[in-house]
Amino acid sequence: MAKTLPKTDIVTVGVGWVGGIIAAELTKKGYKVVGIERGKERSTEDYFMAHDELRYAERKEMMQDMSKETITFRHDMKKRALPYREWGSFLIGDGVGGSGMHWNGQTFRFLPYDFEIYSKTVERYGKDKIPAGMQLQDWGITYDEMAPYFDKFDAMAGLSGEANPLPGAPQIKYPTPPMIETPVTKLFKEAAKKLGYHPYHMPSANLSENYTNPDGISRGACQYCGFCERFGCEYGAKASPVVTVLPVAKKTGNFEVRTHSVVRKVLHKNGRATGVLYVDTRTGEEFIQPAEVVIVSAYQMNNIKILLNSQLGKPYDPKTGTGVVGKNYAYQTYLGRARGFFDDKEFNLYGGAGALGAQIDDFNGDFFDHTNLDFLHGGTMHITHLGDRPIANNWVPPGTPTWGKEFKEKSTFYANRNLILAAQGASLPFQDNYIDLDPTYKDAFGDPLLRMTFNWKDQDRKLQKFLGDKSEEVMKEMGATHVLKGGDDIKDYDIRNYQSTHNTGGVIMGASPETSVLNSYLQMWDCENVFVPGASAFPHNSGYNPTNTVGALAYRAAEGIEKYLKQGGSLV
Amino acid sequence: MSEKETAPKEKNMTRRTFIRNSGLTVGGLVLGGALGGLLNKKPAAPASAPAAGHVMEASNHNQALMYFTPDQFKVVDAAAEAIFPKTESGPGAKELLVAYYIDHQMAGSFGLNTKEYHTGPFYPGEAVPEQGYQHHLKRQEVFDLGIVALESEAQKRNKKRFFELNEEEQVAILTDFEADKVKMSGSVSSKFFFTLLRKVTLEGAYADPMYGGNKDMAGWKMKNFPGHQGSYTNLEEDKFVAIAPKALNSQHNH
Repeated sequence: MAKTLPKTDIVTVGVGWVGGIIAAELTKKGYKVVGIERGKERSTEDYFMAHDELRYAERKEMMQDMSKETITFRHDMKKRALPYREWGSFLIGDGVGGSGMHWNGQTFRFLPYDFEIYSKTVERYGKDKIPAGMQLQDWGITYDEMAPYFDKFDAMAGLSGEANPLPGAPQIKYPTPPMIETPVTKLFKEAAKKLGYHPYHMPSANLSENYTNPDGISRGACQYCGFCERFGCEYGAKASPVVTVLPVAKKTGNFEVRTHSVVRKVLHKNGRATGVLYVDTRTGEEFIQPAEVVIVSAYQMNNIKILLNSQLGKPYDPKTGTGVVGKNYAYQTYLGRARGFFDDKEFNLYGGAGALGAQIDDFNGDFFDHTNLDFLHGGTMHITHLGDRPIANNWVPPGTPTWGKEFKEKSTFYANRNLILAAQGASLPFQDNYIDLDPTYKDAFGDPLLRMTFNWKDQDRKLQKFLGDKSEEVMKEMGATHVLKGGDDIKDYDIRNYQSTHNTGGVIMGASPETSVLNSYLQMWDCENVFVPGASAFPHNSGYNPTNTVGALAYRAAEGIEKYLKQGGSLV
Repeated sequence: MSEKETAPKEKNMTRRTFIRNSGLTVGGLVLGGALGGLLNKKPAAPASAPAAGHVMEASNHNQALMYFTPDQFKVVDAAAEAIFPKTESGPGAKELLVAYYIDHQMAGSFGLNTKEYHTGPFYPGEAVPEQGYQHHLKRQEVFDLGIVALESEAQKRNKKRFFELNEEEQVAILTDFEADKVKMSGSVSSKFFFTLLRKVTLEGAYADPMYGGNKDMAGWKMKNFPGHQGSYTNLEEDKFVAIAPKALNSQHNH
């Protein structure tokens, strides 16, 4: 029998970027917030021994324990979904700060085109341009309406960047200057410019200089130590909830975090949430935390799982395209790329930062004409100087064996002589790419796991081929001796190989309850005191990392929650 | 165990030769100490990087077995060396103590798949490769089966133990494992075992030495990888700069 605790104003399911931003914004206004976090407490001191590639990058120290919870996966509805048993294609973090601890800090805003993708596509190319089964939808909010929330996130995190030189791109003023220029970023920029493209330094949440944010939080500059993605930052230079929003919330005295506590369900009655049911995994006890407002702010997939297991919202039916929870799961195409090997150049690749890089947006969104192309949207192409660590960095030119003498000689020779141009492409939503509950496999509490049904479509294959060709063109211009190209022969989605932790959709926002779960304040149409901000709210995925847009949506939701607490009812 | 007793001497010879050949001498382009002191970080304890040529091989307590039998160890030691052999650029898996690393990994969480979803039902026959591994075996068991298969191929082809074969014969067997041409008993393929063996071999060459491999950071030195450094201030420069590596013990013991 679960023990019922005293009621709070707001309870958040998970304490990552979204839970942290909402906690900071609303505790500052005097509301009481309880954050329920399945993982452990985290602090900067945890990362004193963080420069350990095996522990963090290979064994995934900061990710959720898959023995307790994972998803199942299949390519299409006719097959049996089987568990994602070890980490591969994407990595889901846990603990206080969530994925905001182990990210790289590459921080881009989605485009004006993204927020109105359906209208703008139809306006420019006509309805027939959208292929059968592709479920493009406007987001119910425009870029201009989002801009103030982006500005808030940028100022809080202290983003380091410069304006995008591409004609038509939004002009963003970042609070700190871009990160350093290295021979790697320089070489890329010169080649891209020669080809007529518009390179710029990628906006970074690894601070280029010391910075104090509007909340009075000071952080030191990045040391370019080369251990960023999958690691925590021992300097606090990489923006994370733990070094930005959570101290602000804690200082108010209105915020309580309960770690090692897994929320199983949102409890609701007559279209209104009453609180959440959670388990303290240290004692095994069950608790009910009643609240005025419930924020579902876990990882994208876990948000879907909690809604489905709580029987909140209408589950999506891929056969009819009706229902909404689990709809429009989307990913990213990351395989159109080119790796260059330089026989005569050696770069200081051992150091760097997660968001030290440069890129072009010339082929993202609708910046280029798709009239004669057989795909929509596009991707960004970037070079990064992240710190190439030796277990993962064993690249050899095409035709080299993968082990033995020749492999060893070449993999050591090219260790500081290979660069990758990666293209982050938008994977657009289709009717039969979706998430529901698995009929067989269960988590540690006996609740059903999520089942992912997903495969690449021709749209994705053509886009990856296109981006691979463009990457090869730039890499050759950069003067690589050998080029290893990707994207030509993409068949089925492969969950074994890391691609990106940019999973989106499933609890999408939109203009109507028939086609979306949430309104533009991330408030559930069907249950007005539940808000679900996060990448799960994206109706489709873009060619950018999601965190900036997730953060902006969290600020938007925070505003909505306050309005709701004052006036009640639907906010739109 | 005469092989073990004579090993240290050979290893020192090799290390000296390697250091001389690769030009990574202490007076060369080594910048480590100058960079270590930023942000409250004291320079590394010099003990982590013994001077070139200095003999300090008295004992390594890591060179003992947690999981493999001595014979299993010999097979893994030989196979790892074939995958990552000693070459002109530096030591191979044997000198880097990669097989000890693999042994230690098999004994713990990774060998027992403890942080993975290892709950049934299992459908290894029905799964497509893109769904990831779907067998019920732990990595320990995969290694046990793989070692048996390497030994039985060696017997079948050359009437010898795997570790008694010459390099060419070992490479021929491993090549067939990689190509999935050998039938293993149990619900994993020889290709799956080979992929795992290659993965842990590279890990053993390049993981922090505290895990038992990458002896004397010699794996890192071959790649000019500086290991654990607090900060880099040279990344804007055009010139490649080799920095003497430091391991995590330099962080812990200061």
